[in-house]
Amino acid sequence: MTDFINQLAFGWYPYLAVTVLVVGSILRFDSNQYSWRSQSSQFLRRRQMVLGSNLFHMGILVLLMGHFVGLLTPINVFDALGVSHSFKQTTALVVGGIAGFFAYIGCTLLLHRRLFDTRIRKSSSVGDILVLILIWLQLTLGLLTTWWTLKHLDGSEMVKFMSWANGMLRLDPAAPEILKDVALVYKLHIILGLTLFLITPFTRLVHIWSAPVWFLLRPGYQIVRTRRSKHTAASPTRGPAGGAPSYGGPTVLRQMAESGQEGA
Amino acid sequence: MKVRAQIAMVLNLDKCIGCHTCSITCKNVWTNREGVEYAWFNNVETKPGIGYPKDWENQDRWKGGWVRRKNGKIVPRQGAKWRILSKIFANPHLPEIDDFYEPYTFEYEWLQSAPELQAQPTARPRSLITGEKLNKIEWSGNWEDMLGGEFEKRSHDYNFDGVQKEIYGQFEKTFMMYLPRLCEHCLNPACLASCPSGAIYKRAEDGIVLIDQEKCRGWRMCVSGCPYKKIYYNWATGKSEKCIFCYPRIETGQPTVCSETCVGRIRYLGVVLYDADRIDSAASVEDPKDLYPAQLDVFLDPNDVTVQEAARAEGITDQWLEAAMRSPVYKMAVEWKIAFPLHPEYRTLPMVWYVPPLSPIQSAAEAGKMSVQDGMPDVRSLRIPLRYLANLLTAGDEEPIAAALERMLAMRAYMRAKSVEGRIDESIPERVGLTRARIEEMYRIMALAAYEDRYVIPTARRELDEDAYVLRGSSGFGFREGTQGRTKVNLFGGGADKARAKREPRLDIPS
Repeated sequence: MTDFINQLAFGWYPYLAVTVLVVGSILRFDSNQYSWRSQSSQFLRRRQMVLGSNLFHMGILVLLMGHFVGLLTPINVFDALGVSHSFKQTTALVVGGIAGFFAYIGCTLLLHRRLFDTRIRKSSSVGDILVLILIWLQLTLGLLTTWWTLKHLDGSEMVKFMSWANGMLRLDPAAPEILKDVALVYKLHIILGLTLFLITPFTRLVHIWSAPVWFLLRPGYQIVRTRRSKHTAASPTRGPAGGAPSYGGPTVLRQMAESGQEGA
Repeated sequence: MKVRAQIAMVLNLDKCIGCHTCSITCKNVWTNREGVEYAWFNNVETKPGIGYPKDWENQDRWKGGWVRRKNGKIVPRQGAKWRILSKIFANPHLPEIDDFYEPYTFEYEWLQSAPELQAQPTARPRSLITGEKLNKIEWSGNWEDMLGGEFEKRSHDYNFDGVQKEIYGQFEKTFMMYLPRLCEHCLNPACLASCPSGAIYKRAEDGIVLIDQEKCRGWRMCVSGCPYKKIYYNWATGKSEKCIFCYPRIETGQPTVCSETCVGRIRYLGVVLYDADRIDSAASVEDPKDLYPAQLDVFLDPNDVTVQEAARAEGITDQWLEAAMRSPVYKMAVEWKIAFPLHPEYRTLPMVWYVPPLSPIQSAAEAGKMSVQDGMPDVRSLRIPLRYLANLLTAGDEEPIAAALERMLAMRAYMRAKSVEGRIDESIPERVGLTRARIEEMYRIMALAAYEDRYVIPTARRELDEDAYVLRGSSGFGFREGTQGRTKVNLFGGGADKARAKREPRLDIPS
């Protein structure tokens, strides 16, 4: 039975969660971009938000980066670079600990105002509250793991997680076995993390995908849209200027019309 | 030269009676929805006052508009792109809803459904955000109407810069004006520049600035970026919204709702041709006082044949060129120079312009406080209102304001002589640098203000841009769903209609 649960949680669930995350996000973006937003509540209540949101977001970005780099990089890359496991473990512990601490304070502030500020509470959906509670729990679990990690500063536990994550990427059926004997708190942390992946497409968390880094690449500041087609000489029904009318099928015509409508 | 056209607006403040019809009709059409109850795409402020939202003109606080750097380049006052991005988690310059006001309704139903009580039932206010009772309404969209409140609070008005407030306060009753405000549909919009998602855009055809609701992610940088505070964050949908210049009406040649319903006939709509290549240099001139003349230089003369040729090359139709020649906006702004941009020092090159009010001068003259010649009071002797208007409309340059007021007074004096005394006094127009024909044209457009003279709006001519034959039948009963966001329970983050249910005033009987 334990084997089965282990296989379920660390063998199959990750694939399910990541698939839903990716496919769900794409579907939502395609079908309903109007719902794609950060849903900031700063406008309703500034108090606790400026400090809380900055601490939380900056902390969580560091944590996410650390987890992705730390877990998904193949182990032999670190070996080739000469990064010892104990050094990596200590670095992860220190950087992650500090980032986690700040993110935790920020998240607590945000959760407190989300739950106990009437304005924010009344304008929140179930998803808004649920997401924040889950992230707060996840940060709690993450900070708790540091206690167990302190017992394995040689990086032996960390190597297990790296091997597992690498194995999952390689579709290695033996990967779930590796996590069988790690402490429960790590297991819960992983399951909850995957659950956060799972619910992302259905909540405001989708705004992660929209981090507007492209803003830095926008030429100049201004944006002007025009309805006038660049190919004014041609028309879907009248064809090229001077030529005979060319009628495509209805689907072709509609596609052309829709693409020509951009900016209308 | 890159010619573009814009439907611009002029508001003749001299005729505004502060009736708020524009605000109410606009609200009923565009913002009577959850999340934007507090938003007035068009509002009318009584000046002097701190306005709506509170203190909006104080850019040291809100960081709206642009600033000119030492190297001559302009950047948004809230920072260049990377600095805007660094504020994305929490925008330190974002106003709170209380800076506008907490939207409320009253328990009207209680008046009808109350049981027999010892005291008269009262309709108590309830918040439209939380649904809870409000003890006291502290502020609202038009709290300072008709100089409401004490002068001390209103004296924080930013336009008192360079004015001795104490002296002003003594005769403030002689100077009150209304300032209807809407989105300026700027040539160099700072909201657009601040949008990290690139959701805001200016339309090349008619200059209307819009927010693409599908692309907006709610990063809310536009709210602080706009110096006029005319972008409203919809707290329910998480998207920003703004005045859309009633583009569905404009496209079909109809005036905006606020203009159509203006009982004072103060609003004018017309085409202005401008040179898009000159925008950047005009917005970057060193002295803020030069911004008003620089913007005039961006505008192009529609009667100039070379301009017409360049406009046709850009795809501007003859119908639009003809409208540009008849445009009341161009006449008032460029030919007669009696209309001015609101706060040009923000460097956004706004396109809703204002004719300054004569009321302070008239009332002072009637009170015998200033010298009068031929029924024309000496404008320049009234330093304080002049300074105030200059702070509002020309970045503090009093000369153009004085000249405009003199022209308007000359129009009155000339027409009074003509229609009351039956004599044509050629010396009056000469004194203010006008001709007899021009002053009579001013009279026709500004005083008589017939509908067809106020609104010269060419239709959008969409048939030239898209193929109606193809569009025919391209939408079925699904319509790809309206973008109401929360109309039905949705797999993806929708369905918060419970909030609406909670907002119903609950009619519990007070114990």
